[in-house]
Amino acid sequence: MFIFVSVIKIVLTLFILLTAVAYTVWLERKVVGHIQNRWGPTRVGPFGLLQPMADGVKFLFKEDLTPPHVYKPLYIAAPMIAVVFALTSIAMIPVGNWVTIGSIHTPLEITDVNIGLLIILGLTSMGVYGIALSGWSSNNKYSLLGGLRASAQMVSYEIALGLSLVGVLILSGSFSLREIVDAQGGHFWGFIPRWNIFQGQFVAFFIYLMAAYAETNRIPFDLPEAETELVAGYHTEYSAMKFAMFFMAEYANMITVACLATLLFLGGWHGPIFGPPILQALMPVFWFVAKIFAFLFLYIWVRGTLPRFRYDQLMSFGWKFLLPLAIANLVITALVVALRS
Amino acid sequence: MLHLILFLFFGAICVAGAVNLLLQTHPINSALSLVVVMGSLAVEYLLLGAEFVAAVQVIVYAGAIMVLFVFVIMLLNAGEEAHSGGSRIAIYIGVPGMLAASALVTWVLLQRSGTDSVAAGALPGSPQQIGWLLFHDFLLPFEVTSILVLIAIMGAVVLAANPEAVQQNKREG
Repeated sequence: MFIFVSVIKIVLTLFILLTAVAYTVWLERKVVGHIQNRWGPTRVGPFGLLQPMADGVKFLFKEDLTPPHVYKPLYIAAPMIAVVFALTSIAMIPVGNWVTIGSIHTPLEITDVNIGLLIILGLTSMGVYGIALSGWSSNNKYSLLGGLRASAQMVSYEIALGLSLVGVLILSGSFSLREIVDAQGGHFWGFIPRWNIFQGQFVAFFIYLMAAYAETNRIPFDLPEAETELVAGYHTEYSAMKFAMFFMAEYANMITVACLATLLFLGGWHGPIFGPPILQALMPVFWFVAKIFAFLFLYIWVRGTLPRFRYDQLMSFGWKFLLPLAIANLVITALVVALRS
Repeated sequence: MLHLILFLFFGAICVAGAVNLLLQTHPINSALSLVVVMGSLAVEYLLLGAEFVAAVQVIVYAGAIMVLFVFVIMLLNAGEEAHSGGSRIAIYIGVPGMLAASALVTWVLLQRSGTDSVAAGALPGSPQQIGWLLFHDFLLPFEVTSILVLIAIMGAVVLAANPEAVQQNKREG
């Protein structure tokens, strides 16, 4: 029974995640289009809604070209590494409370582990191999520069990212994402929700936001694929489905980052709950999805608004500004918690 | 039973990765074999109930240190290396020595602790317990280690910094 329920949950989660990845691409094209006074995709289906499917079919039928000068084993393995680690981390993300359907009592996530946050951090830190190895194995100087930039950038910003999460961990006292969310229920003075961002962790949220943009290689930190200087960076030599795998990995990482931001800072699935019982059961998942959507929209909005940093600016911002700020936030949070208890 | 199968499976992967690390001629393949060794070691820790150590193993060793190894290999664009024949000392003293040491360890383990299995979670391994030990019982060694690491970092900076370039930067402000 347990295995049956688990398999159903895994299939369902993967299906939802891959659909979400496809439609995040659609949303990005649409929103950036409107920001730039264009329409975005309109041709396939109403509002271009079937565009992701058309793209998927196109990727499947394109010629899968392997340039003769690449180092083949790693060239083929790199996109798989990237996409596998990006998709795996969703397994630890809870999307709601426990549910009971008939005799089955199960959490709304694939598996509930007590060090969920650490496992997600581990998986995302392994994801960099996909990008670094693709850059190296392509045997192309632009790709190599993209891969080098990606690994340096991700290692640098991982430190600030990790430190920004420690404040939340001190407040909730657990690595379990479910317990972190449970600690954020209720309100201050009856109307301000007790989300971590309102519990004095807004500086940490800002650091997390910046570091997450850098970790997912998005504008304003998309230097690994800066098209004005590196052609397309680490995926210059990739075509067809292998290229699509890098794309999927990037968007799956964006969704994981949005999920983590929601769980750690924005109160997870907590929100106003009202209406008939069936609606009350669905409301938490609705709030969770709404917060993720807001976070993804912010991602796209930033992409449509900001220019790209220079590489030295990226490094000095990460090491000289974000890291000291994260340490200061950690010290102050620890002091406040210690004095309060 | 499943635990034992998984443990032996990842143990085999770990050993295979370590052997491959020595046999490969290209440094990047060796580095990636080392990543495989680290990853399967993390799974072994997890199966032994040390979940925090497993997560740290992946985050620190596989996810950060090995990334830097790969980074350096990529940056230097190191090529294939020829296998040297190996040193005589390693063959005549090292191999028998290693065999003797592992035989000794096996003998001691079999004699002392028996071969009974321990239930997962029976030994301390959760983040709370490790945090308590680290910041309570072993606070002084922990802090001393952090100072040691700081000294090592400063040493690396001093060794890597090019004095002329530093002067040049100062002049240009």
